[in-house]
Amino acid sequence: MALSLEEVRKIAKLARLNLTEAEEKRHAETISVVLDYMNILNEVNTDGVEITSQVTGLSDVMRPDEPRNCEIKKELINQMPETEDNELKVPAVFE
Amino acid sequence: MELNRLTIKQARAGLDSGKFTSVDLTTACLKRIKERNTEINAFITVCEKSALAEAEAADVLIKNKKIKPLTGIPFSVKDAICTAGVRSTGAAKILDNYIPPFNATVIKKIREQGGVLLGKNNCDTFGHGASNENSMYGPVPNPHDTTKVAGGSSGGSAAAVADNMCIYAIAEDTGGSIRYPASFCGIVGLRPSYGRNSRYGIMPMASSLDTVGPMTKTVEDMAIVMQEIAGQDVLDATTVPDVVPNYEKELSKIDLGKLTVGVPKEYFSVDALDPEVKSATLTAIEKLKQAGATIKEVSLPMTKYAIAVYYIVVPCEDSSNLGRLDGVRYGVRADEKSLYDLYAKSREAGFPEEVKRRILIGTYALSAGYYDAYYKKAQKVRTLIIRDFEKVFQEVDVLITPTSPFPAFALGEKSFDPMAMYLADVFMAPASLAGVPGLSVPYGKTKSGLPIGVQIIGPRLSEGLVMGVGEAIEKN
Repeated sequence: MALSLEEVRKIAKLARLNLTEAEEKRHAETISVVLDYMNILNEVNTDGVEITSQVTGLSDVMRPDEPRNCEIKKELINQMPETEDNELKVPAVFE
Repeated sequence: MELNRLTIKQARAGLDSGKFTSVDLTTACLKRIKERNTEINAFITVCEKSALAEAEAADVLIKNKKIKPLTGIPFSVKDAICTAGVRSTGAAKILDNYIPPFNATVIKKIREQGGVLLGKNNCDTFGHGASNENSMYGPVPNPHDTTKVAGGSSGGSAAAVADNMCIYAIAEDTGGSIRYPASFCGIVGLRPSYGRNSRYGIMPMASSLDTVGPMTKTVEDMAIVMQEIAGQDVLDATTVPDVVPNYEKELSKIDLGKLTVGVPKEYFSVDALDPEVKSATLTAIEKLKQAGATIKEVSLPMTKYAIAVYYIVVPCEDSSNLGRLDGVRYGVRADEKSLYDLYAKSREAGFPEEVKRRILIGTYALSAGYYDAYYKKAQKVRTLIIRDFEKVFQEVDVLITPTSPFPAFALGEKSFDPMAMYLADVFMAPASLAGVPGLSVPYGKTKSGLPIGVQIIGPRLSEGLVMGVGEAIEKN
């Protein structure tokens, strides 16, 4: 299945990823090869087969919802690219 | 003997008897890193000053007899695993300046007992690759032949252990990232059962597949490290409550006379299988037979679908996980006025091509109209792959296969062909999808001197058995 340049651009936009023209072309080519390979799965009859999303067999792993102290607040704030008054600063979300 | 060449077992004996100190041992490793890292590129960050301070502190612990198995032993860590106070990039420029304020749980366990952190190992960015050529910090040449790749994604860790820059390393394996470079570099690498070791603090790639495991010089060392890092963790809800067995005891109680070894025929009929790798693996099996083991040919008919399943499940989970890296809260932010450009340009500059490719494949496969055809279909075939293993482990105790179809290949040979690189995971992806453990042990070399790895796969949580068989192969 061939992926068009237009489709690559559309997915890249959904994924918030800027690509150069050369990259768009390379991704269209290489991803088409990968998607073609995936067709091999159509050989397998999966009627009535359950999906696997995890392998541990564990379910409903819970812990008490209790507040805990964050002892690394200062270090976390230090990692932020831009701050003002100890708060994270970002460009305006709404125009 | 140079101290940096020691195993954990040997280093422990020397430290505890006062023959040398942790500072001596750490200095020897740092010296080796200094001599070799320009060429091998196994480390992105070297912690010279803090490592020596940690070694001094460990020497005090040892003097006061407050000794645990990894006290004072210098180790290195894959850069996709968080280390408190030490830069952790995941080999991505978007995290070039990132200093985690916390340790991954496995690292915390080691550092709390006085393990000495030497530095952070190069890898394919976020673990995306089989050759370490997808790192934004350059490739890692193989210490056995620097025209060849070290393997990936944990190539820096494998090269550091093989080249004696550290005593052991901690890395991460999603679809072969520990086992593959271990086989290329001639060392021991374990992908534990999913859920055996905590994933807290590792940079997530495919959350239903990621595991953390050691890379060591011997199987005995592997058992020592696993004993210290395995177990349930409140910070990772997918860790299992099963008691961690005494691995050293499990190694010694292996009875080859009672062991049935399965040889999966599909693994030996792969076109790409190199004749020397095939013959080494068959020799390892033959030696086990001579030692009393029963050998049985078995079939895992779903093997040929594993790569397709793996390369759908992984990019889907990958693209979701990587959504968090957007330049907003931490890491390197592009200087843009609009929010969209801030995201898109931070990600453009911060990710290498393979990361972008996986984000695109995942976004595509998860989008409306394609979800059922790709992700859901892959998850169903994954169930059938698991059933293959369940069935086969009713007949045999372990499986023996080659780790990789071929020995280390030349730098640049496959780097422009992503599909060829994906196919390299053929013997490792099935066990990864099934969540069972796989151990790669070195077994001989090719005529041109490249190491060959043999893989032992066992049922879920059979790490002790797998290491026991691994040790039997190692000693033959």
